Amino acid sequence: MTAALDEKMPRRFTDEETGEEGAKIEAFLHHFQEEDEEDTVSSAKISARNLNFYYGDQQALFDNNLDIAEGRITAIIGPSGCGKSTHLRIYNRIFQLYGNQRAEGEVLLDGKNLLDSGTNLIELRRRIGMIFQKPTPFPLSVFENVAYGLRLHFKMPKSELNGRVESALKKAALFDEVKDKLDKPGVALSGGQQQRLCIARTIALEPEILLMDEPTSAIDPVATRKVEELAEELKGNFTIVIVTHSMQQAARISDFTAFFYKGKIIEYGLTKEMFTNPKQKQTEDYITGRFG
Amino acid sequence: MEHSATGRQQSWKTSRSMDLLFRGVTAACAAFVLVIMAGIFVSLVWNSLPTIREFGFSFLFSKAWDPVSQKFGALSSIYGTLMSTAIAMLLAVPLSMVIALFLVELAPPKVSAVVGNAIELLAAVPSIIYGMWGLFVFAPFMADHVQPLLSEYLGWLPFFQGPEMGIGMLTAGIILALMILPFISTVMRDVFAMVPDVMKEAGYGMGATTFEVTKDVTIRYGIQGMIGACLLGLGRAIGETMAITFVIGNSSDIFISLFEAGNSIASRLANEFAEAAEPMYLSALMELGLVLFLMTLILQIITQFWLKRVKKKMGGDLL
Repeated sequence: MTAALDEKMPRRFTDEETGEEGAKIEAFLHHFQEEDEEDTVSSAKISARNLNFYYGDQQALFDNNLDIAEGRITAIIGPSGCGKSTHLRIYNRIFQLYGNQRAEGEVLLDGKNLLDSGTNLIELRRRIGMIFQKPTPFPLSVFENVAYGLRLHFKMPKSELNGRVESALKKAALFDEVKDKLDKPGVALSGGQQQRLCIARTIALEPEILLMDEPTSAIDPVATRKVEELAEELKGNFTIVIVTHSMQQAARISDFTAFFYKGKIIEYGLTKEMFTNPKQKQTEDYITGRFG
Repeated sequence: MEHSATGRQQSWKTSRSMDLLFRGVTAACAAFVLVIMAGIFVSLVWNSLPTIREFGFSFLFSKAWDPVSQKFGALSSIYGTLMSTAIAMLLAVPLSMVIALFLVELAPPKVSAVVGNAIELLAAVPSIIYGMWGLFVFAPFMADHVQPLLSEYLGWLPFFQGPEMGIGMLTAGIILALMILPFISTVMRDVFAMVPDVMKEAGYGMGATTFEVTKDVTIRYGIQGMIGACLLGLGRAIGETMAITFVIGNSSDIFISLFEAGNSIASRLANEFAEAAEPMYLSALMELGLVLFLMTLILQIITQFWLKRVKKKMGGDLL
């Protein structure tokens, strides 16, 4: 990585601020976390506090409180229309594209409320990437799709751009399939490849958080499995929040699960606990298939 | 059980004969269009045979138009048609795109509805109104304000020299642009509105600004529809008659300067049909009509090829 680029990289990639002492503490905390990985909540990357959401006059979310663990996969499950996607779409403030939607309360990203009017949305969305229900390749070539965000946010020499695109495609487990058709339109790939292309495009920016809004609902089971494996590989480096209709998917890949019902968070905790020993009656009914 | 099965079969049978009838009627209607097309083409060729025999291909490359000595050539009309259409497209396409983008991406819904309706209303104004307005209001305005300004600042270009009399090629082109603007912009608006929200969200989700999303997602996504919109405007501009006849000046000469008068195929036909008594004169006008017919056809074919290439480059239909 060149020195010029270092300046533009997010803060977490530099340790100037923390210094040596800070690094020691970090290492210690990290060690501490690993030790207790099984039964403690690691530090929260995003915290929703008393979050309410409205479509016009209609309230869709009610007093949501949720901590998204750093470097883990958090699944959001619940029946259709329960506010899963709505909740997720607050994190990168994509809901703001629509005039009649508004959020109240706080969403803390590294302790800072991202709902503040002063938040730089461009910076926020570089740090928080989003994958959608349907694959959304831009009408550009495979290469340009992945290079898109890099070109938007950074100025870099062509050779480095090439390297970053390749590494993003590799991380997205797509490189071998598309290395001969980097010049071909992204839309010409299969649905599953398109979705992994979108993941590559997003992680090329090295975001801190990856929001996935039912990323496998439009692709076939084999491709779904690939995306799930990918998510599991990416965790650690990325904090992942995945909205899913499939409880099996949540059980398979997530560390934590939040169960939403009618805009409220009914239960939140370690995935394996929630699926083996749900505390709330509604959660139990949902995961045993009695409704939803 | 058995009864209901036969019942179903019965209804299937009747629906099959209905289908046949339906197919026949629709096919007949579609064939009717083809017959009319072929009929127009054949009668144009038939009626222009005298001049085709007399002048051959030189008809297309001669700018002579002298009914008295029976010398006819289409060059000045072809030039006028292409030039006025080119000016119109050059002005109307970018403007329409900007208007459409504003209506879809930037304007508040209420503003968008009001402006959108106004533009649709503009499309419904008859062309004779544009012609009259062009001759009595716009041409004097051009002569007094626009042309002096153009010749002062761009007068070093051969296009903006000559008499500032208002009517002429430039005025005709601008009037044409005004006429096709509503068509192109309404179609483009619908095209942009069809770009899926999730595609735009994906752009914004990468941290792009509205301008970047518009440039990289909306326009690229809608390019095929935009070409279609332009073709619609082009088709209208190339054959527009009344408004052009009023303001183009009706000269049979070809000038580089856009201030000078000219004529287009349609305006010449409108002006001269009533006086065409001799068979050669009438035949020349008919052949002009044939040329216009073929020009439209060629433009259509070129656009289709272009669309195909764009489609291939984009990896298929996007909308």
